[in-house]
Amino acid sequence: MKPSYTREQKLTIVYGILTIVLLLVVLQLYMLAATMNAYLGGDETIIVPTAIASLVCFALNAGLLCYLYKIEET
Amino acid sequence: MLTNKQNQINVKSESPCQQQQRWRKDFPIDWPQDRFIARRDFTKFMVLISLAFVFGQFWILIQNFLRQRRGKLPLRAIAKINEIPVGGAKTFSYTQEYDSCVLVRLDANTFVAYSQECTHLSCSVVPKVERGCFQCPCHEGYFDIANGRPLSGPPRRPLPRIKLKLQQDTIYAQGVELRMI
Repeated sequence: MKPSYTREQKLTIVYGILTIVLLLVVLQLYMLAATMNAYLGGDETIIVPTAIASLVCFALNAGLLCYLYKIEET
Repeated sequence: MLTNKQNQINVKSESPCQQQQRWRKDFPIDWPQDRFIARRDFTKFMVLISLAFVFGQFWILIQNFLRQRRGKLPLRAIAKINEIPVGGAKTFSYTQEYDSCVLVRLDANTFVAYSQECTHLSCSVVPKVERGCFQCPCHEGYFDIANGRPLSGPPRRPLPRIKLKLQQDTIYAQGVELRMI
């Protein structure tokens, strides 16, 4: 049976999701700046790993957004 | 003439909409709702920004792939040895027409060449051979003339070095060396 959350619990979950999403976006920003700096300096080793990491961060963000929609609809 | 008590009664019986001035009634925008940013909308916006960063990362990946595909850079004649006096400099384009570079003769046998774009915000650096440095006039960045490394100011990366080749009294550019430190 699906757990039903109180309004307060939902609010806490939503704020938690927002915090995690913000942290991931900041992490992606840092990775982008570092990758650009490395690329301009001729260092190619980190480009592929950071691209994959950024994609994973985006996937997590998208998953959290879907969960947020689900929470707000129940 | 309304008394205070009557005023209070009238105010209480009117709805918030009815209390508004006439022009506000003509343009009934629910301002609190308009200003309220739903959590869902904010998170959606953040996820869109996240997607934009992913595009940025993959754009760098594609640019790197294209750069690798270009292969060996062409040889380009810059100047004859006797064209440049000791302590003199000459600007040239390499690899594209808009990629400005500078060749400097440090002494009788030493030539150095670097990209003229400052690694901070791409202003053109000016060779100051007597002081042994390149100066970026935009934000007072300085680079060592011998190795292109930043000496002071906002630049963090050294100037890209142009690889030189001497062939029959002519100096050729034959590649670009990008450096992190």
